[in-house]
Amino acid sequence: MGEYFILAISCILVNNILLAQFLGNCPFLGTSKRMETAVGMSMAVIFVLVMAGLITWIIYHFVLTKFDLEYLRTIAFILVIASLVQFVEMFLKKSIPALYAGLGIFLPLITTNCAVMGVCIINVDKDYSFMTALVSSFSYAVGFGLALILFAGVRERILLSRVPKPLEDTSIALVTAGVLSLTFFAFKGMV
Amino acid sequence: MAKSISQEFVKGLWDEIPPFRLVLGLCPALAVTTTMKNGVGMGLATTFVLVCSNLLVSLMRNIIPSKVRIACFIIIIATFVIVTELVMQAYAYTLFQNLGIFIPLIVVNCVVLGRSEAFASKNSVLPSLADGMGIGLGFTIALGLLGAVRELIGNGTITVINEIQVFGPSFEPFEFMVAPPGAFVALGLMLCIMNIIGKK
Repeated sequence: MGEYFILAISCILVNNILLAQFLGNCPFLGTSKRMETAVGMSMAVIFVLVMAGLITWIIYHFVLTKFDLEYLRTIAFILVIASLVQFVEMFLKKSIPALYAGLGIFLPLITTNCAVMGVCIINVDKDYSFMTALVSSFSYAVGFGLALILFAGVRERILLSRVPKPLEDTSIALVTAGVLSLTFFAFKGMV
Repeated sequence: MAKSISQEFVKGLWDEIPPFRLVLGLCPALAVTTTMKNGVGMGLATTFVLVCSNLLVSLMRNIIPSKVRIACFIIIIATFVIVTELVMQAYAYTLFQNLGIFIPLIVVNCVVLGRSEAFASKNSVLPSLADGMGIGLGFTIALGLLGAVRELIGNGTITVINEIQVFGPSFEPFEFMVAPPGAFVALGLMLCIMNIIGKK
């Protein structure tokens, strides 16, 4: 149990996927202008990342390795993720419309979110077992949500304050992300 | 709308240079630019994928049904990414190890998919090639520059092929720049400088 806990802490805080590993930065800057979109995106990522992490793990270990097709990993994973996203979207629309209304517009964006693809590759690269892959996918996704929501909170405040003209918009957002990343950097010695 | 081929090429170098003007493809731009060599290597790998996928998408643009076009583009891009991955593993192993996970992740780089969707699927072969090369070269220059700045301040060296000491032994490196937070700040400040120069 202890090792899973350490893994979870290290994935959420120390190796935060957005601020330390730089995966998924396009949605990080794109959806953080308003709190609602940030929360929606985080929930959608948590939902899809856990499922994608598990399914790609199963496919890699039971299909690709068995037939010596490891080099097809990239194409197999992206197809799995794309069809999974499509399937989840259809399923939610049909059976849980309330959740669909919340996540709806963010789901298609997830296909090209490198955080999802990245975690799937990390899981097989590091030879994680099935349970470890489950814990790491979930914790990476929680870390993504944590950083995104914190960042959205800061950015809403920036909108109200005066920013020098050349620094406006993306530029100040990146510098802010740097400061946020610095605070996460402080967790480095923990694990 | 009839732009010449050279114009399509040149626009990638300044007007639409990623990741500054088009804020796409940030993840590799931030992650691998700890040295200039890594930045340029990543840029070249992306350029190769970009040019090849633009070429193929533009050749097949009348065959691909528009409803499943994104899926088709992704498969084309993924194929070239695998080619790049295998070639780099064979001929540039240290670079392959330095870039690590970010080579397979070219497949989800929004720059590549964005160019297929926005340009190559609507234009004929030659302009698409020019567009791919221009944007790719712009990306390479941007990544190289960012890598050079970070490496110079954070480590006091510039790596082109071998490491070159620039500031001499008494230089105290500002390690913040090569650490993850420095990546964000460096890119943010470079964007700010671009805004000052290119005021429109």
